[in-house]
Amino acid sequence: MNNTLNKLVKLPKTIWEFYYEGFRNQSKWSRQLWLIILIKLFVMFFILKLLFFPNFLKTKYDNDQERSDYVIDQLTNPKN
Amino acid sequence: MIENFDLSVVDWSRAQFALTAMYHWIFVPLTLGMAFIIAIMETIYVKTNDPAWKKITKFWMTLFGINFAIGVATGIILEFEFGTNWSNYSWFVGDIFGAPLAIEGIMAFFMESTFIAVMFFGWNKVSKKFHLISTWLVAIGSNLSALWILVANGWMQNPVGMKFNPDTARNEMDSFWDVLFSPTAVNKFLHTISSAYILAAVFVIGVSAWYILKKTNVVFAKRSIVVAAVFGLLASIFTVMTGDNSAREIVRDQPMKFAAFEGLYNGSRGAGLVALGIMSTSEGDGTNENMKDFNFKIEIPNMLSYMAYLDGNAFVPGVNDIIKGYTDNDGEIHPPVTEKMEMGRKAIAALKAYKAAKKTDDTVGAKEAEKELKANFKYFGYGYFSDPYEVVPPVSISFYSFHIMVGLGMYFILLFVLSLVYIYKGSVGNKKWFLRMAIWSIPLAYLASECGWILAEMGRQPWVIQDLMPTMAAVSSIDSMSVIITFFLFLVVFTGLLIAEIKIMLKQIKIGPNHGGN
Repeated sequence: MNNTLNKLVKLPKTIWEFYYEGFRNQSKWSRQLWLIILIKLFVMFFILKLLFFPNFLKTKYDNDQERSDYVIDQLTNPKN
Repeated sequence: MIENFDLSVVDWSRAQFALTAMYHWIFVPLTLGMAFIIAIMETIYVKTNDPAWKKITKFWMTLFGINFAIGVATGIILEFEFGTNWSNYSWFVGDIFGAPLAIEGIMAFFMESTFIAVMFFGWNKVSKKFHLISTWLVAIGSNLSALWILVANGWMQNPVGMKFNPDTARNEMDSFWDVLFSPTAVNKFLHTISSAYILAAVFVIGVSAWYILKKTNVVFAKRSIVVAAVFGLLASIFTVMTGDNSAREIVRDQPMKFAAFEGLYNGSRGAGLVALGIMSTSEGDGTNENMKDFNFKIEIPNMLSYMAYLDGNAFVPGVNDIIKGYTDNDGEIHPPVTEKMEMGRKAIAALKAYKAAKKTDDTVGAKEAEKELKANFKYFGYGYFSDPYEVVPPVSISFYSFHIMVGLGMYFILLFVLSLVYIYKGSVGNKKWFLRMAIWSIPLAYLASECGWILAEMGRQPWVIQDLMPTMAAVSSIDSMSVIITFFLFLVVFTGLLIAEIKIMLKQIKIGPNHGGN
């Protein structure tokens, strides 16, 4: 019982050490991959999403009622 | 009504979506298939305790890791595009996509992210069994996360389990199970993942063949080929079965797509399957009526009827039959497209009338309009067309992508069988032509896989949601220049990622299993 409790108490530390050691002991190519992942995520979320991909309906209209009115208007009187 | 849409935005949005989806699909199938191949290899290692199998597992895990890292999150771009370029569509599908995509997010995050760390960091830190379980969970998790996006795609091809709410202009899910277990979604999921397994098997065989050709890591390579060839062969059988089911499902729910990928303009009883053909490029007379469909073809008599209805004499409708209306083999009457267009226009007008009646608190008018909308909603999307021939997808692209996919699928079966025969006979090292063929099969596997998606998506044009929303009505009112700019941005970003993937992958392959590993 005590043993189980001890293991449970130590669990967060064990998980932390597992990830910490894992990241620390990565090979060179693994580090390169992480760099690619981070650059990619930065380009996607901070450049592409913010600058080029605003949510059209969310930025143009304040609430769902306005959004649905707009889409119904688009679907019944298309005039792009 | 088509003249009211900005076709430049439509075309560039389509091109951008196609570009990002096709690049995304370069990374996905290898992840889906390789995860299982690695899990099988590790299972053999745990069962036999042979360290050679651990080395094999770790090497392929390294290549899996590279592909996973480069490909991860590339699909999110598609969701960006939904919100920006395809806002009418995103709003219209609303709740249907919400549930599957949310489940996909949770699955991908918790299952893949947690257990993939154990897979890579856990060697010698967790027990062999726990590591093996983690590897299997990564494989199952990545395949399950593919399930949800394919369910969403299946719904677009065959919208079921929903009710249209005219107050919000959104489709609301009224049966999660109908959406999840629609025959289209089930077939699409099974066919897609099993074809991904074939791609991964071809990849493993191709890379292993290179080692044998170089006379290095030969035992490692032979063992890898055995696992990949057995896995690939089983996946091929399954892919043929699910493809066969898909054909029967498509002829029922998307007959125009079926006619397009068979290049069938005029249907008949006992229709033959074109095994090989070169389509005519003649323009016809604008109605396809007297269109010369093929310049050359080799046909298997009655096979198409059998494939579609399990009856060699059944009637298979062609493009012209669907446009003029036809009666199917169960006696069900399918109205001509002109009639569907009329019903579609009524549905659109009823939606407009409903909205106007609601605004003026005219409850009787709203009720009548709602009744009219319900009666005609099935063909809502047809109301946007002014010519019945606008519902015909690009026949040549559909035909060729289908035939390239099927032809290569058959070729891969031969590749897997030959791999096993030569390994069994111990002669694989002497078959240089075969080893070279195996290496060159890797790009062919990608070609087949991309052709599958070209067929699925081009074959269902002009619909973004079958019968309900044509592609032209789905786009946002945005400036086409912004879509053009992001198209080229994506081209640069994704090409960069692909070059990085190929370079890192080739480097690891050259290093080989002895000095690589994770």
